[in-house]
Amino acid sequence: MANTLDQLIDQVRENRIWRSIFRGGTGDSNLHKSLLVQQNVFLHLFSIKARKRTLEFSATWYLGALTFGTFMILVITGVLLMLYYHPSVPQAYADMKDLQYVVSSGVFLRNLHRWSAHAMVFLVFAHMFKVFYRGAYRTPREFNWVIGVILLLLTLLLSYTGYLLPWDQLAYWAVTVGSNIASAVPLIGAKIRFLMLGGTAVNANALLRFYVLHCVILPLAAILFLAVHFWRIRKDGGIYAGDHSSEVSNQ
Amino acid sequence: MSEDAKRTPSPDSPEEMSRRQFFVKLGVGSVAVAALGTAAFSYQYLSPNVLYEPSPIVDAGKPDHYTPDSVTLDPQTAIYVVRTAGGFFALSAICTHLGCLTAYKPDLGVIACPCHGSKFNKDGVKIEGPAPRPLPWLRMWLSDEGDLMVDRSNAIAIKQLVRV
Repeated sequence: MANTLDQLIDQVRENRIWRSIFRGGTGDSNLHKSLLVQQNVFLHLFSIKARKRTLEFSATWYLGALTFGTFMILVITGVLLMLYYHPSVPQAYADMKDLQYVVSSGVFLRNLHRWSAHAMVFLVFAHMFKVFYRGAYRTPREFNWVIGVILLLLTLLLSYTGYLLPWDQLAYWAVTVGSNIASAVPLIGAKIRFLMLGGTAVNANALLRFYVLHCVILPLAAILFLAVHFWRIRKDGGIYAGDHSSEVSNQ
Repeated sequence: MSEDAKRTPSPDSPEEMSRRQFFVKLGVGSVAVAALGTAAFSYQYLSPNVLYEPSPIVDAGKPDHYTPDSVTLDPQTAIYVVRTAGGFFALSAICTHLGCLTAYKPDLGVIACPCHGSKFNKDGVKIEGPAPRPLPWLRMWLSDEGDLMVDRSNAIAIKQLVRV
């Protein structure tokens, strides 16, 4: 039974259409496995080989991968929420309530989006603490640390812009306070607030601007920097394996 | 090859520039000018020229609506109309700390901000909390119809009461 299944899989993978998409070919050799990663547009960002030590749970606690996982959940649930949400006053609040009480599975998607957002902020910080205390930010990985800090800022900005979208009391006053904090910048503070809100108060323009930032500009920026972040792992010699000499002396 | 080398002006001489250097400088310069223009254009585009926001001038109604020695908040327009023995004045209800809407507590006789705990007295002077400035007095006048009018965009430095 297992043999026929393997044969069937092999037949599919030898198929001309399959081979036109995945050129690596069949086989279990290291070359084939390498080609699988190297010739895939998404996977080729990553290294074709990794030290076993770096793939163990203790090395990273998988915090970076988990952060990316929450980001993917947020993209998928976010796009689905967009199908019922109008970024206009006062429709936005009604749409949010409709998602909770009227739309099938709406409350599930909204809560999944919300909790994933909280989880992502937590995981980004946990990931950064793990990298920091292992010393994995040190040369040659210092540039990737900087990319990580940019991704932290993008995560926080995504949270902040998403906070306004329900257009309830919490959203309104949180962004009123937040935009007034921005206006505390010396000299250009008031101008920054005006450009951020598209007006002098949190209003229809502010809702639309935050919506566009939340759904288009910031996610695109995050995807761009994520790609660089992943690619730099390979370029900097793979995931940091740890300083073995110190590990030995600690035992 | 040797002829080419002869024709190419020496890059060491400061007056002369090779054709390639010239075009590189022209290209970089053009891109810089275009970038500046794009920045200016973006800034202008992102600044709305017309705001569809409520008018800063508010009709607060007839003076008789306000009982003597009262502080009345209109949450829609975020102003207090304060009636004292000497007359009326208008106070901004927006906290000077981070812009939250304050509320008057009649039992304590103070204006309190729910966000970060600033407290003000009926004249807008800060009693406690993180607010950096007192609540501003707003220009108030009587319209021809006898209504109290308030200009929310116009804070007055000299405190004056409107007598009716």
